[in-house]
Amino acid sequence: MRFTSALKDCVARWATNHYGKAVLAATLAIAPMSATAQMMPTAEVNTTGLAITDTEVTVGQLHSTTGTMAISETGSVWAEQLAIEQINAAGGVLGRQIKIIQEDGASDWPTFAEKAKKLLINDKVATVFGCWTSASRKAVLPIFEKENGMLYYPTFYEGLEASKNVIYTGQEATQQIIYGLDWAHKEKGSKTFFLIGSDYIWPRTSNKIARIHIERFLQGCKVVGEEYYPLGHTNFGSLINKVKLAKPDCIYSIVVGGSNVSWYKQLKAAGITGESLARKNQILLTISTTEDEILGIGGENVKGFYACMKYFQSLDNENNKKFVEAFKARWGKDAVIGDVTQAAYLGPWLWKLTVEKAGSFDVDKIAAASTGVEFKEAPEGYVRIHENHHLWSKARIGEMQADGQFKLIAESADLIEPNPFPKGYQ
Amino acid sequence: MMHMMLPMLAQTSWDEYKAIFLMQGFAGLSLFSVFLLMSLGLAIIFGQMRVINMAHGEFLTLGAYVTAIMSTFVMESFPDFMPYYFPLAVVGAFVAAFIVGYLVEFSLIRHLYNRPLDTLLATWGVSMVMQECFRQLFGARETSATLPDWLMGSWAPTEQIDIPLNGLLMLGMSIGMLLLVYLLLYRSRWGLRVRATTMNRAMAGAVGINTKRTDRVTFALGCGIAGIAGAGFTTIGSVSPTAGSAYIVDTFIVVVFGGAGSLIGTLISAFAIGQAQSILEFFLTGVLAKVFVLLAVIVILMMRPQGLFAQKVRR
Repeated sequence: MRFTSALKDCVARWATNHYGKAVLAATLAIAPMSATAQMMPTAEVNTTGLAITDTEVTVGQLHSTTGTMAISETGSVWAEQLAIEQINAAGGVLGRQIKIIQEDGASDWPTFAEKAKKLLINDKVATVFGCWTSASRKAVLPIFEKENGMLYYPTFYEGLEASKNVIYTGQEATQQIIYGLDWAHKEKGSKTFFLIGSDYIWPRTSNKIARIHIERFLQGCKVVGEEYYPLGHTNFGSLINKVKLAKPDCIYSIVVGGSNVSWYKQLKAAGITGESLARKNQILLTISTTEDEILGIGGENVKGFYACMKYFQSLDNENNKKFVEAFKARWGKDAVIGDVTQAAYLGPWLWKLTVEKAGSFDVDKIAAASTGVEFKEAPEGYVRIHENHHLWSKARIGEMQADGQFKLIAESADLIEPNPFPKGYQ
Repeated sequence: MMHMMLPMLAQTSWDEYKAIFLMQGFAGLSLFSVFLLMSLGLAIIFGQMRVINMAHGEFLTLGAYVTAIMSTFVMESFPDFMPYYFPLAVVGAFVAAFIVGYLVEFSLIRHLYNRPLDTLLATWGVSMVMQECFRQLFGARETSATLPDWLMGSWAPTEQIDIPLNGLLMLGMSIGMLLLVYLLLYRSRWGLRVRATTMNRAMAGAVGINTKRTDRVTFALGCGIAGIAGAGFTTIGSVSPTAGSAYIVDTFIVVVFGGAGSLIGTLISAFAIGQAQSILEFFLTGVLAKVFVLLAVIVILMMRPQGLFAQKVRR
């Protein structure tokens, strides 16, 4: 964090905010928005009593802006707000401007549940964009199902779930874990794997899937170690010694949040770098470290490690260039965009497209209309919602660079079909 | 456990085995130095003054932020000075935490002496206020100090042994601090005044010791030492507004287990817990190791409620 430039960004952000509002007001004055809203009377598009008027629709945003997950979730908050501002500037949803109620889950699962209840029951929001860790999603899921709310969930996750009330805009396990392991095996010749994770649902379930894939589906491969540490853990000395002893071809890491900083700094201090691994034909492959985390770790400490995700900020396509430009204009030139940040950006757009397809804000109608909704302007290229409420998307491998960005080195040929309940993995 | 360890051992040569043994010993030492550095400040505040300072972690965070700010400032304005800034940051961290500690004592703690439970609540409030201040000033995101390159590498005496330099620095810092605190408390006139004041306030006042001033400086000093620990922490982890609260439990365990008020107790307790946890982490998993260490501490405290080394006080 550079303080002088942070200050400048702050001023710039304030200016954009106000300038943005001016543009918005201008658009509102010219565009025949009220006509659209009048053609869609609230009584017709909102039969279930959500917080919607003729001119405005209220949505919720539920992320951790404090606690150990803030390093990861702040990007999602920004991306969702950017998408919503863009949608508003383009005329809103069914002629209604989107208003956000933002709540802080504080990296604490019961708090997430509490705030979800508040958003759905007290505020009657039309939809919620939010959650990050699987634990937070599992904590709010029963509430969304009971109150019949709609959640757009942005994180790559372990799968083994599908809900009428959730649209999963990140990858599920088979779209990320299996592609990554296959790549390590085929392209890098990895035969032995050491699985490392933070101690909660996502890393544990992901590693379970990874272990089954390695032992059952990859010829002659085995897992030589599996370890978990609490979220926020800062002392990885013993673990690093164990890794050195086991000499795995692939260090497979799912360390989450702020712990990443200690984990990679201590790896470097113990002499394990991208370069030293490459000399011994070893690799470090992660599915949890994005550009956001590298900002805190420092690119020079992770150079030469690999990550498997569906999106990198450095992706070279027109949609992405526009997105990166808009994101930096809104949130400062030093802002970075990780995989989940992009997936979070998809949420409001997919919701808008679905609401307009359904011609209604009612959750049941949106849930039914979601299948087949496609978003051609997605920064990651093109996405489409599957009937299991996950996205068809590509998988990609990136190599970490000293400047904190990824170099794309492999990409799946086609969109991968989401398969949250893969056969043979339970 | 054995089914996991056996394939490892099969392909491990004797030399590698020795190297791992050494490095593992060092991992324990560096955990020990982390515990010791965190606990020294609290050993003074809780051990000598009987103030349950729940804001101890936040003074640590304060020191860490000072270091992060100085690293950014130096990198932007005086990049040539980068390799040398760290000692300066340690001093800065101490001064900042000392000043804030002094103010907290003056405005709050001095009204609450002899009411340990009230200090618990009051300092808990202070910790929340400080966290919110950090959040407003520096943002909720985790940041980390950019370290000089010489601190990021490892010292490799042989092909297989890698001793992290930041671990060595932490070890040096904590031993140095321990010596300083020892000299201050037991070999200086000021230390004599502190001990006299905490043992018998009225008597100390009667013989002409300014007990109020002694209290204030003692508390501020404990906070300052926490600030130094915070500066040390930036070499192994990141900084966020709530970073300190992650350490507060460990810190109290070390101090209570060692016996409040005993410096040697804090030293031995930090060593025992650090080594036990590190060894267990190697043979079990990280989470299980923590559980076993906590259980052991609880059992021992049940047998020796005063901790390993009790302070001999006539009551």
